[in-house]
Amino acid sequence: MSAITPEIIERHGITPDEYERIKGILGREPNITELGVFSVMWSEHCSYKNSKPELRKFPTTGERVLVKAGEENAGVIDIGDGWAVAFKMESHNHPSAVEPFQGAATGVGGIIRDIFTMGARPVFSMNALRFGDIRGDSPQARTNRRLFAGVVSGIAHYGNCIGIPTIGGEVYFDDSYAGNPLVNVFCLGILRHDQIARGAAAGVGNPVFYVGAETGRDGLAGAAFASRDLTEESKEDRPAVQVGDPFREKLLLEACLELLASGCVAGIQDMGAAGLTCSTCETASRGGTGVEIDTCHVPKREPGMTPYEILLSESQERMLVIVKKGQEAAVKEIFEKWDLPYAEVGSVRDDGFMRVRENGVTVVEIPARSLADDAPVYIREAAPKPAPATCDNSELLAEIPAPDAAAVRDALVALLSHPSIASKRWVWRQYDHMVRLGATVLPGSDAAVFVVREAGKILAATTDCNAVYCRQDPRLGARIAVAEAARNLACSGAVPIAVTDNLNFGNPHRPENFLQLREAVEGLADACRVYGTPVTGGNVSLYNQNPSGAIDPTPTVGMVGLIDEIAHVTTQAFKEPGDIIYLLGGYGSEMGASHYLLTCTGRKAGAPPALDDTRELALHEALRALIRAGYARSAHDCSEGGLAVALAESCLSASPLLGATVSVPPVEGRADTTLFNESQSRAVVSVRPGDRAAAEAVFSACGVSFTEIGVVTAGALKISCGDLAVEWPTDALFHAWGESIENLMA
Amino acid sequence: MKFAVIRFPGSNCDQDCVLAVRSFAGASAEFVWHKETSLNGFDAVILPGGFSYGDYLRCGAIARFSPIMAAVKEFAAAGRPVIGICNGFQILCEAGLLPGALVRNRGLHFLCEHVWLATGTRATAFTRAVPEGRVLRIPIAHGEGCYFADDETLARLRDEDRVLFRYCDADGRATPDANPNGSRENIAGICNEGRNVFGLMPHPERACHPELGSTDGRFLIQSLLNS
Repeated sequence: MSAITPEIIERHGITPDEYERIKGILGREPNITELGVFSVMWSEHCSYKNSKPELRKFPTTGERVLVKAGEENAGVIDIGDGWAVAFKMESHNHPSAVEPFQGAATGVGGIIRDIFTMGARPVFSMNALRFGDIRGDSPQARTNRRLFAGVVSGIAHYGNCIGIPTIGGEVYFDDSYAGNPLVNVFCLGILRHDQIARGAAAGVGNPVFYVGAETGRDGLAGAAFASRDLTEESKEDRPAVQVGDPFREKLLLEACLELLASGCVAGIQDMGAAGLTCSTCETASRGGTGVEIDTCHVPKREPGMTPYEILLSESQERMLVIVKKGQEAAVKEIFEKWDLPYAEVGSVRDDGFMRVRENGVTVVEIPARSLADDAPVYIREAAPKPAPATCDNSELLAEIPAPDAAAVRDALVALLSHPSIASKRWVWRQYDHMVRLGATVLPGSDAAVFVVREAGKILAATTDCNAVYCRQDPRLGARIAVAEAARNLACSGAVPIAVTDNLNFGNPHRPENFLQLREAVEGLADACRVYGTPVTGGNVSLYNQNPSGAIDPTPTVGMVGLIDEIAHVTTQAFKEPGDIIYLLGGYGSEMGASHYLLTCTGRKAGAPPALDDTRELALHEALRALIRAGYARSAHDCSEGGLAVALAESCLSASPLLGATVSVPPVEGRADTTLFNESQSRAVVSVRPGDRAAAEAVFSACGVSFTEIGVVTAGALKISCGDLAVEWPTDALFHAWGESIENLMA
Repeated sequence: MKFAVIRFPGSNCDQDCVLAVRSFAGASAEFVWHKETSLNGFDAVILPGGFSYGDYLRCGAIARFSPIMAAVKEFAAAGRPVIGICNGFQILCEAGLLPGALVRNRGLHFLCEHVWLATGTRATAFTRAVPEGRVLRIPIAHGEGCYFADDETLARLRDEDRVLFRYCDADGRATPDANPNGSRENIAGICNEGRNVFGLMPHPERACHPELGSTDGRFLIQSLLNS
């Protein structure tokens, strides 16, 4: 066996200090296979070595929490009547940057495996995507379009085939993501409390089975690849991207659920990042046991694979199953029914080692706990906090003349046709969002709403993050991401129950990036306490850089809520001409970090809008109270693009299209400030004229300021603001909003 | 009436079909694994949607060789109702139980959305309960749902009144704009000569519950129950 040189160590992303630590653990030099095993397990992707001290700040407990963050593959949350949900979000950013279709597809496959590993039946998915700007003819724009199209079809390919509906999410376009798109995928599964499966190698002497796709050379050391900056040379890492087979995963899903129901399983763990390595040492570590396998038994796609390759392969659609001794025959019968390759590859030992043999010869012998849990932890240096940005409208709007009616008209059209705000129908019509008969609110409203028929429960779910806010103030931006998620759920009638997050940041070795991470985590943690949503787990993706710098910090929040009754399900679409429109939470004024500013000037400037948690919570209570009392015809929060965009979306989501006649005063003497400011804790709701007094009583009781601003009509969207009167025919607005992305992608 | 819902490896609308059928009084449904060889005791068979065998080759091309398909053919030959939905329609075409083929959508994208359907004939066991003149709203979800057949076959389908559904606009007109996938003559569903084997790309099982936005799919299952 060749000697381990400093070059080999460096190529594995292991620092000299870490190498010394490895020698200390082993009491000797590692061999090359062991070095490879350490390199993937101690990568950021698997060990969170750069982010762990930060992640400990999250609230992770609560009366609904059945399985905590970090304990298993995904957290589990009680939803009542003996039912629970397991959900999680995970990134596949780096693979998608070099191979968008397979990168995104295998991301979906990975998160689905995380869920059914918990014993849950996956019932829906969502995704949060970020790409560079797709407008224009520059080579970069064309690349961005190619990545966008590839990622969407990859998600569609995997999700549609496996039959798990993709019911919501978000897509934003900004050049900070050029060359480094973000692909954050979310999956939720349903299970009964007594069905929670554990990823522990329990029971010394129990046989260890491998089931699923054969191991190939694809995805070698992908976890390590994902823990480096993306560079021009990253294309050469394409072999680090895996190829997905959703059909195989469908069989694996059904077989594993059948297996878990059979009572023959002592522990189960998917092979995701770091494949066989991770699953063996993590199950052993959790079980306080050891696991021994022999690579000669592992089903392989090609001959001649070394133990190094077998252990580091990230071939997809594979599981490790620890079977109760004596139950082997029943287990084999299930694998055979589903035509899945399987093999008994080893057994559970009592010595605490992860031991790998090749035809009986030991090639890896590492204390499992050291590998899984004793990765070095780094407290990275954070840059000093810069002076907070300020929000001074007169400075921010200095270069935008106070608009006349024509300028207001054009500004709303420009905002609605901006790909980040425009309808994402082009995206979600490619996803099967209706399979499993649950999507009662189709994609495109504030939150997706899903009826889980087996449990008789109604779930709402959303993903949110305004990265411009996070760029300008990571702590406030992160707090707003949580508040907005909770607001979206409230608009659909739901009470939030828990959160998963996906922290996407740049290289943590740069102090300014690490500061963003720390600030955002603390902001998320604060807000999760305020909104009563423990963090059930998630994913950290650092090293999101392209040659021109780090991405805007993007701590994506995935939030899940519960709705009591189907009658409470509410959407953003106006329902009937004559309904009264209320603005809850006041006119606002803050233009900092707004989409209007970005659209008019290309600038990301100023402080994000302030967030007053008391006001925000009162708004949520008012929305739910209005909905439960049966007065809410529609509810939609004000977010990017402010009041005008919210009104337009409520008109354009209606089928057939509806209009509105609205009158509002100029704020600070400017119509654009009234219409496009992004002050928080606001929503547009509509109620029947006959419910006016009752609705206003609800608002007052909840302590929310309300203003009757107009009425729903069957005609155009008409807004008068002081002396200005602007009118938009709804079909023209629909063209701008509804077909923008379709036209760009044609 | 007892329905068999065939589960091929990769079927993914099997559970939905069972749920939809069980929502009717007087109807029951059971899964039948594709390795089974008998359909004894069943009154109707559904081949559900999904991606049988991953559909990496041609949709339905492998499923037609599943052991259960011999029993499905016998069942059909005996004049008993067989319904193929989406992937099930593709399998019936591949198996030669229905004419024509389903090819890649005109726009090359997978499409999931509600469409309007005009009922071409109410003279079948699958459409007799559809109210006269009613335009149905039922979702599609497919990447390869563009119905193709040669001119002679199309002429026969027309002459023999075997086109059950056409994609149309909200007013029932089968216009080119209302055709989501490029199907010839906007065809969304057909039946065989014996009028007991039905195939359609839209998913009636997704339009059986009011909270899903349409219950028009119920007419089709109700038609069978009335027969």
